[in-house]
Amino acid sequence: MIQTPHVDWLALSPTLALLGAAAIALLGAVTVPRPALRAFSVAVTAVGFVVSAVFAAILFDRSPDPTILLSEGMTRDQLGALAAIILALIGLVVVLVSWGDGRKDHVGEYYALLTASAAGMVFFVSASSLMTMFLSLEWFSISLYVLCALDTHRRESLEAGLKYLIIGSFGSGVLLFGCALVYGSTGELGFSAIKEATGADDPLFVTGMAMILAGLAFKVSAAPFHMWTPDVYQGAPTSVTAFMAGATKVAALVLTLRILVTAFPEQAEIWSIAVAVLAVASLAIGNLAAIAQRDVKRMLAYSSVSHAGFLLIAIAANSDDGATSLLYYLIPYAAATVGAFAVVASRERELGRPVSLASLEGLGWERPFLGVGMWVFMLSLAGFPLTGGFLGKLFVFSAIYEAGWWWLVVIGVLATALSLAYYLNIVRALYMRQGEVSPGTVVAAGGSPPRDLLLDAAVAAGIVVTIGSFFFVQPLVDLARDAAASLPL
Amino acid sequence: MLTTLLIVVPLAAALLVWILPLSAESTAGLALLGALAEVGLWAGGARNFDFSSQEQQYSASREWFSDLGISYSVGLYGFQYWLVGLTVVVGAAAIGYAMWVGRDRPRAYYGLVLFLVGSLVGVFASQDLLLFYVFFEAMLIPIYVLVGVWGGPRRVKATLTFVLYTMFGSLLMLASIIAFGISQGTFELADLGTSSNDWIFLGFLVAFFVKAPLLPFHGWLRLSYTEATPEVAAILSGVVSKAAVFGLVWIVLPHFPGPVDDLRGLALVLAAATLVYGSVLAFRQPDIRGVIAYSSMAQMGLIMLGIFSVNDLGLDGAILHSVNHGLVSAGFFLVAGIIETRFGSGELARLGGLAKGRPALASVVLILGMFTLAVPGSTNFAGEFAILSGVFQRGWGYAAVGAAAIVLAAMYALRLISAILHDRRASATRESGDLVGGELALVLPLVAILAVLSAWPALVTERSFPLDQPTSFIAGQEQGP
Repeated sequence: MIQTPHVDWLALSPTLALLGAAAIALLGAVTVPRPALRAFSVAVTAVGFVVSAVFAAILFDRSPDPTILLSEGMTRDQLGALAAIILALIGLVVVLVSWGDGRKDHVGEYYALLTASAAGMVFFVSASSLMTMFLSLEWFSISLYVLCALDTHRRESLEAGLKYLIIGSFGSGVLLFGCALVYGSTGELGFSAIKEATGADDPLFVTGMAMILAGLAFKVSAAPFHMWTPDVYQGAPTSVTAFMAGATKVAALVLTLRILVTAFPEQAEIWSIAVAVLAVASLAIGNLAAIAQRDVKRMLAYSSVSHAGFLLIAIAANSDDGATSLLYYLIPYAAATVGAFAVVASRERELGRPVSLASLEGLGWERPFLGVGMWVFMLSLAGFPLTGGFLGKLFVFSAIYEAGWWWLVVIGVLATALSLAYYLNIVRALYMRQGEVSPGTVVAAGGSPPRDLLLDAAVAAGIVVTIGSFFFVQPLVDLARDAAASLPL
Repeated sequence: MLTTLLIVVPLAAALLVWILPLSAESTAGLALLGALAEVGLWAGGARNFDFSSQEQQYSASREWFSDLGISYSVGLYGFQYWLVGLTVVVGAAAIGYAMWVGRDRPRAYYGLVLFLVGSLVGVFASQDLLLFYVFFEAMLIPIYVLVGVWGGPRRVKATLTFVLYTMFGSLLMLASIIAFGISQGTFELADLGTSSNDWIFLGFLVAFFVKAPLLPFHGWLRLSYTEATPEVAAILSGVVSKAAVFGLVWIVLPHFPGPVDDLRGLALVLAAATLVYGSVLAFRQPDIRGVIAYSSMAQMGLIMLGIFSVNDLGLDGAILHSVNHGLVSAGFFLVAGIIETRFGSGELARLGGLAKGRPALASVVLILGMFTLAVPGSTNFAGEFAILSGVFQRGWGYAAVGAAAIVLAAMYALRLISAILHDRRASATRESGDLVGGELALVLPLVAILAVLSAWPALVTERSFPLDQPTSFIAGQEQGP
């Protein structure tokens, strides 16, 4: 009689659903005839994401207390489950955006890789040992490297893939080295075991922790580890950029929060200052550099660096409120970012060239729905009221103020003021023209592609979440609070 | 309940206007209907409003973001009721004017104006600090687009300057709000105690001084008031600037008594300087809107004098004068718009002699001019008199500056009147005729309200604060309920 180990299938179900979908999509890539391939892949992956989100929701409901599984390999808790829900929904929206991308080659592979990458992220956010953390980080990263370079006919795409591969590998290397140092000084891999084992003043241990933080900062694209972000975001296929800007950020930040508070609570004094420094650097560099950009994808890339800054402020607070505000902030942030890239993707398909500020001109009047969408997303990213972005920033600032770091509030507020310059510039491009042109004039910029209902649905979902998270903030915060409660804060 | 309705009706009308695919005329009609319904709602509410009561009225409260202690909490005291009244009346006049002129892309335009009106009502009705901030910022969204899309040739620069100035101020205020609210554990105005922190105080002060605007925060004023469409300029100068009045009277004075005491001198000097500076500049402007813009700035300086005298006379006067100035300035911007469309320019050098054969236009301009220069017997005179008497108790010097400014006001108002109506400089002014029915219907209600207030200024001054004792009422808020 062979004793089989107990497997908590429910805890694994969100990941497994996505892996299953990825496998079917990959099989489809070689078996399904070409004309039906796109519809098949979209259907399979969309179902995969929905099923994964449903499983994650069930998991959220049934995991009131955190349990450690797989010999400290992963934690079954509400934090991971909530992050998995957000990730799966982002993936679903990205699938909707991808439908009309006109891709001729690698259709099946694209969807398979997208799903596989999302599966890696879903596992990553629940990882609770250095080993599973590193493995799942590579799992989703390698999928992303390939996705970035998938448009093999475009040099920019290849360049983005290569850059991301090299710098991403360097980041992984730093992370791995950090893990080795921590393991070397404690002899433990599991997060909670590391906490128990600490010799807090061991310089090797602290160096390892710093290198782990730096390695994760690459994925968060926090300054000064953000160098790859603008080039990769600009060069990668836009739907992939949307996925990276939304999902990678969610996954990397949630895990950063998890590892810092579960493995290194004793060193909070050190890492909260380090995280605050990263936050300030990201806010300064992200916002200043974004002002100078004319390419919209590049501008949004720097905007995502600046948002990494805001989100890191929430981590620096090292409190229950901080963790809650991080999780809440991610919801409108992801919705607005993915939505904005969806609008950019639509314009790009229409014009057949990269979208600059100038080529957004008049979009608000030509495509009223996309214009309103873009407007809402920019206002949310800029933190205007009536959008969730405002309450997210407010919540983060409150958390850090309560933690006693009032000067971070001032820096955050100044950064917000700075960010208006480029967010409002996009709104200006959408609706306003210089000089003696009456608002009635339409400047036709390109052809008129057939209406893409799925992309419109994606933008609509973005708008609903962005605005809905403002009016129904309390239910979302309650969820976030439950999730944050599974951390030892 | 009524307060919520007053906020929701314009917003709902805006949504309807955006969604329904109506023709230009029906869109304008629907928008005007919404605005008039709003006026009706306000007037109906006035009948049951108990101005003598100590209680907040028509209040409504709902949990919203309880983790931070933020709730949707609205309600009205007397002075708020008057400010809301000003908003709905000016809003209706502005929409009427837009309908009269006809605007490109009517659905977007009317929707945004209605949205602006709704958020302004929200600003004046907020009883929660953060809700106040939400409305305060929300009104920037429509202004940004209204100025930037439908404005004059330099509209984009105008709107960017406006938004950047305002956001700079209001983001500092956001930092102050967070610091103030979190340290007190609530954002409910009634539950907030006092603070003696000068930095938090300054965050609020700068935001409101930008909004008013006071020297040296007025860099946005000229371009915005000139480049916006006349009706948007009317709302900007008539109503939006009063958000500063509300903020100072209802947030700064009750909750920062210490800092107000310490820095009163600074605020009064800035206000007096604004008054003189605005008046002098108004005298030198080459176009109608420039004169009104800087006169508007000067009047805000006067109102600030009243507020920072922090006594009964000064505060009563400040509220009355806010209503007066809102109506006069809105009326004047609309008339300026009418003259501009009719004669193709608002430059004084190209106008003149309009009085000849145009009795209605001449009378309207003359009456509005008389209100601007605060001729004795007008409600503006009552307001200014109360403010000056109030500030006199703080120092005769301020009152002397204020009195001098009345002379300056006479100078620029009379110059404006004669340049429009009498000088015979213009050649381009022959063809167009007098005001017609539609235009009169826009301006006359404003003038009529001013006339009523002139006959009975106590309608506002005695009904702004419970028991007609502003200072003790505001001081009563310090202790909380």
